[in-house]
Amino acid sequence: MKHPARIFKEAIMHLFKKPATCGYPFEKAKVMPNFRGRIDFDSSKCIGCQMCVRVCPAKAIEIKLSAEQPPAPAPVEGQPAAPVKKKFDCIMKLDRCVYCWQCAETCPKKALIMTQDFELAHVDRKELRRHYK
Amino acid sequence: MSKITIPLGPQHPALKEPENFMLVLEGEQISGATVNLGYNHRGMEKAAEERTYIQNLYLIERVCGICSHSHTTCYITNVEEIAKAETPKRALAIRALFGELERVHSHLLWLGVAAYEMGFETLFMYTWRDREQVLDCLEMLSGNRVHYSINTIGGVRRDISAEQKAEVLKRIAYLEERTKYYVKIGTEESTILARTQNVGKLPYDVAIQRGAVGPTARASGVARDVRKDEPYLIYNELDFKVITHDTCDVFGRLVVRVLELVESYKMIKQILNGLPEGPIAVKVPMRLPAGEAVNHYEAPRGEDIHYLKANGTDKPDRVKVRAPTMANLQSVAYMMEGGWLADAPLVIAAIDPCMSCTDRAAVWDPKKGKTTVYGWEELRKMGIEHYKRRGVDFSRL
Amino acid sequence: MEITLPLFYLIIFPGFLFLAVYGLWLQWLDRKLCAVMQNRVGPPWVQPYADFVKLLAKEVIVPDAAESGMFRVLPFFAMAAVMTALLCIPVTGAALFPFQGDMVAVIYLLTIPTVTFFLAGWSSTSPYSTVGAMRVLTQLFAYEVPLMLALIGPAILAGTWRLSGIAEFFSAHPALMPAQAIGFFAALIALQGKLERLPFDIPHAKNEIVGGQFTEYSGRLLGFFNLAVDMELVVGAALLNAVFLGGQNGFTGAAAAAVFLAKTIAITFLLALLKSLMARIRIEQMINFCWKYLAPAAMAQVALDIYLKYRLG
Repeated sequence: MKHPARIFKEAIMHLFKKPATCGYPFEKAKVMPNFRGRIDFDSSKCIGCQMCVRVCPAKAIEIKLSAEQPPAPAPVEGQPAAPVKKKFDCIMKLDRCVYCWQCAETCPKKALIMTQDFELAHVDRKELRRHYK
Repeated sequence: MSKITIPLGPQHPALKEPENFMLVLEGEQISGATVNLGYNHRGMEKAAEERTYIQNLYLIERVCGICSHSHTTCYITNVEEIAKAETPKRALAIRALFGELERVHSHLLWLGVAAYEMGFETLFMYTWRDREQVLDCLEMLSGNRVHYSINTIGGVRRDISAEQKAEVLKRIAYLEERTKYYVKIGTEESTILARTQNVGKLPYDVAIQRGAVGPTARASGVARDVRKDEPYLIYNELDFKVITHDTCDVFGRLVVRVLELVESYKMIKQILNGLPEGPIAVKVPMRLPAGEAVNHYEAPRGEDIHYLKANGTDKPDRVKVRAPTMANLQSVAYMMEGGWLADAPLVIAAIDPCMSCTDRAAVWDPKKGKTTVYGWEELRKMGIEHYKRRGVDFSRL
Repeated sequence: MEITLPLFYLIIFPGFLFLAVYGLWLQWLDRKLCAVMQNRVGPPWVQPYADFVKLLAKEVIVPDAAESGMFRVLPFFAMAAVMTALLCIPVTGAALFPFQGDMVAVIYLLTIPTVTFFLAGWSSTSPYSTVGAMRVLTQLFAYEVPLMLALIGPAILAGTWRLSGIAEFFSAHPALMPAQAIGFFAALIALQGKLERLPFDIPHAKNEIVGGQFTEYSGRLLGFFNLAVDMELVVGAALLNAVFLGGQNGFTGAAAAAVFLAKTIAITFLLALLKSLMARIRIEQMINFCWKYLAPAAMAQVALDIYLKYRLG
């Protein structure tokens, strides 16, 4: 039947219901498992292949040699010198990142770690340029 | 009564994106309307030429916030066509699933926006609350609410597990219930009827003449739907109806969208229950052979067309996007003329405009340092001159 | 001593200060009720007060093309008219300054804010304000007649044009109150139109003409306009209470004030319900509705009251 105030029942019903609003930031926001959040970096796995840098659509990643390299292992007599694994740093510009996780999926050594961290807002822009060592 | 001209936009509470409509008013009635585009040009097509195919995926996704999956799917179909990649069946089904989930969230969003434009705030709040359900589905399946990034060249990035399937079906069942309620409200609440019936009339022949697409055209009785006319992905295996309505007004557009929701739920259930087994992606080389491809896709707002030209490198030579709003904006000026000022926001909202997707036709002259937007006459003149130099004369057309 | 008591009445209770504080509180109640019905949280109770204080601290910008003097004085004019109207409406027991025919004076005083809204829009000279101003005036002609007609019915039945007298009459004859139902609802809907709330917020429909008549207003002046609208809500609810609901039902002192608060809150609830159940209608639909349905309904109430008066002798 056509008449005004069709949603009368629904509106009155909601007087006795809790609001659907999530009280963020006073209560914790729920994110789904596998939500695409901040990318973390594991320096010990990185081989510096620059695959992630090339694939990043937002040019948010820089991979460069660390300032401090691990000391070369002591040469063992009679064997050729073992190649030293170089150490790499990652600079992640969170203000450029679009959180697509393409880098993490491309990484051959799984050195980029996917996290569900999404509370990244900051008042200082410098804080968004994360330097992972 | 003297005429006054009112600018609706580029900054106006009724418009979520900057676009300008100049309305000539006689009292409360609109006697003339012009649409001015070009406030939101982002240079995306040019930017796409600087990026590799895989990077472009995330750029093209951002052409539009709401139909992000439509644009990437259309683009990726072009890429796979040029690369001659055999995309697995399961990937196609998942893409279709996302397409329908996206349609559900876009149409629920539209319903809320339309309710808001006609001043029905309670309905707006209810629809947007229920829209959270489908956004949660999308977040669970893809990892994000709006920019799903589910497509990758050669397939999709994430598979669907049995638990996820059950969860999506549960939420869809809830939404089906709610949609039934909205159908009832939309067709029986008399203030909604008063605001939508006989508002923004777009007769059948004008809809054809002005090239309206999507729900706007279907509400004028034009049974045009890419999913039916030229099935892509797995739409030829799905059972669904093309919803049309013959009232040719905003009410028709409302009914078409709400009933399309019901069809989408049907399709989501079909896809989830008959999800083919197999891999979800194949490997595609980074470099594409030279070639061209054009594809169209039924986005929630209408037909979306992408053109892609590859030149043998890992970057495209040209990407061209024709967003559905571009096609529908031609009808807006017609629909507004003779109507009431109070209806203008609703008529604009009724095509479900996405201005940012549309704007890409401003010309910047670096020598003069100013921006000009070419009108139809000038573009026509330039086109004729261009072809004259090549020895073809179109001036008599 | 003789001067302090009326001054206390005028300035503190039930005069200006009470009206302002209670008006803002009713605004919060209205917003909260709407929010709850829309399944939202809604604002905390300090919100309207905080908004008002914030607006007081903001800069006032007067457009170059506007008539500066008029533009500045109008909000205070609106507020003064609403405050004066309250003096004739019973809040605690009898009204402060009742006189025979004060109902007409109250209706007249409640029209003044609407006229100032029109003048505010007109003197701002921007296109949105001008359209808003024209809508204000058009809408005035739609709701004013049904409101007046609806209020006449009980006056005829009570045989007095004094609001306190009407309230006393219905307190004495509560059995006659249910017979005023049609008139009450007609007046409620007309009041919704007068207060320019959904579905009749056509003069400042934000999706269509931005802020309507208030588009160019800012800072202090806007704050006082908002305050005037909130006060009008209190006065309008008090008017309906006095005419249709029997005022304070013969209570005096604190009990009367409690009855007054309870009844105005109930009326605000009904207004909030109306606001959240419907879509905004167009101006021509509103005029159609008011003249085709609302005015005849109010007239039926008048006829019923004349009949009752005749039967009761």
